[in-house]
Amino acid sequence: MDQLLQFFISGLTVGSIYALVALGFSIIYNASDVVNFAQGEFVMIGAMSAIFMLKAGIPYPLAIFLAILISATVGLCLEKFAIEPAKRATVVSTIIITIGASIFLRGAALLIWGKDIYGLPPFTDNTPIHIGRATMLPQNLWVMLGTAFLVIVVRYFFDKTRVGKAILACSYNKKAAYLVGINVKTMLLIAYGLSAALGAVAGVLIAPITFMTYGAGVMLGLKGFCAAILGGMGNSMGAVLGGLILGIVETVGAGFISSGYKDAIAFFVILLVLFFKPSGILGKGEVERV
Amino acid sequence: MKRLLGFYIFSFITLVLPILFPDNYYVTVVGLTVLINISLAVSLNLLMGYAGQISLGHAAFFGLGAYSSAIFTIKYGFNPWTAIFFGLLIVFLLSYILSRPILKLKGHYLAMATLGLGIIVHIFFVQADEITGGPDGISGLPTLSIFGFPIDTDLKWYFIFAIFMLITVLLSLNIADSRAGRALSAVHGSEIAAQMMGIDTAKVKSHIFVFSALIACIAGSLFAHQQNFVSPESFSFFFSIELVTMVVLGGLGSTFGAVVGAFILSILPELLIVFEDFEVLIFGAILMTIMIFLPDGLFVAIKNKIAFLAFKRSQKEVANATS
Repeated sequence: MDQLLQFFISGLTVGSIYALVALGFSIIYNASDVVNFAQGEFVMIGAMSAIFMLKAGIPYPLAIFLAILISATVGLCLEKFAIEPAKRATVVSTIIITIGASIFLRGAALLIWGKDIYGLPPFTDNTPIHIGRATMLPQNLWVMLGTAFLVIVVRYFFDKTRVGKAILACSYNKKAAYLVGINVKTMLLIAYGLSAALGAVAGVLIAPITFMTYGAGVMLGLKGFCAAILGGMGNSMGAVLGGLILGIVETVGAGFISSGYKDAIAFFVILLVLFFKPSGILGKGEVERV
Repeated sequence: MKRLLGFYIFSFITLVLPILFPDNYYVTVVGLTVLINISLAVSLNLLMGYAGQISLGHAAFFGLGAYSSAIFTIKYGFNPWTAIFFGLLIVFLLSYILSRPILKLKGHYLAMATLGLGIIVHIFFVQADEITGGPDGISGLPTLSIFGFPIDTDLKWYFIFAIFMLITVLLSLNIADSRAGRALSAVHGSEIAAQMMGIDTAKVKSHIFVFSALIACIAGSLFAHQQNFVSPESFSFFFSIELVTMVVLGGLGSTFGAVVGAFILSILPELLIVFEDFEVLIFGAILMTIMIFLPDGLFVAIKNKIAFLAFKRSQKEVANATS
């Protein structure tokens, strides 16, 4: 039982990160119908920039803020220089463009930061908190609370603000959105920037717990994609739920079977979901229009 | 003759090269990689280009072929040819069972499912160390021999790989011009329209999936015997992506497009070695640029350009003749 609680805590922590990545995924998917395989790279860029700015002597909070800004800028550039010029791209070509972008960003990170493994110091004092016989680090709490806060902010942004509603309008029908006077291009840019910023926050939150290298974004990105599908592609709250479930299932599975198979368990779950309920937990079944 | 003219010229070049330059590094060393990659890209193109079904896990079948050869020959002492047969059997069963549920999916979902399959197989190679040797892999495969003639030099391997590759290309060209090939392009165009014309789309897709997996499996076995060694690295998610890139770089749906794509992408690392750390960056940049500006692929774009110029010239001639 204690063991299960311990797994649950670590699962929820990893799951929160997956949830943020998946949320970023679904924002981009909603706004532009693109599955962004470079999503994980935003996480890596966020974490690595924060690490190196901290090393350069910039105060921690400012370093985090700048790291998020850098990542958001990369997101804007991705939209401006890779997605926008490819107008008549099919699903397959957008997948390949974003894969190309992720390789490119990873290559750039390799040149700038090298192959070494880095970590961030925890945000606050790191004395473990005991819950029964399970322990938890304050940083775990930071990750969970940070994620919860961001999910609420994103929800508010899309439900209540004009810009958020305009992005949603674009996702339903771009032409109609354009006709009612929404600047579709700007909205797409905002969606990419927001998504990249979310990724960067995920990176900064998780870097004190796991470590970061230039290649760490790949798996995180793929898991985020898994989470988004698990929750129902394009459903942002589904993505969050999918992330949390994936994190817990993966951690518990790894704990009871073997930690080496951790990633295999996650992908196995996704295959099952795809075979039996491809629309995900919260997704509605899609009807194909002929 | 005219239909396969390109193929005859291509075969001639492939088979004459090693006779002219038997000791050239680019022919007998890089050439082997090029040949095996061409076979893989052509087989993936059957699925992606003809039937329009994306696969981000093709390296899994390549790996299963290689590992079957390694495991059955070394651990169980089977004859290499029997081991290849076992590999084919395993891949056949796996791909056949998985083909229907996987190919029911479309677009992003299909991408995710094939990607997941590839990653699971790769993790199995790394983790199941009692069977697969773990991250270190398995070394010391016996030499393959045909009718008692051992294939023990790079030059001999070149011819084996070349013949295998040419058979794959020929099959691919013939499928395109067959009833099955037309059914596949109908599926590519619109699945519902294809069903309306009486095509059993699920069956057509499943057959081509299994067929392309089997080609990859044989390629894997040959690769393992030539290398004398298998390790999980060669069959990772990244290799699957590389294969997709080859197909797309040349031009989806064109057999020779896949050949050109595979050729360029296999030679590229050799040329980029001078750039060392920039290799990854340049690779990503090329991938993006081609896809954004030449979504039809390099080979197809050039072919269309030539056809267009020829058309304009013929129009000019007609205009001259009439005036």
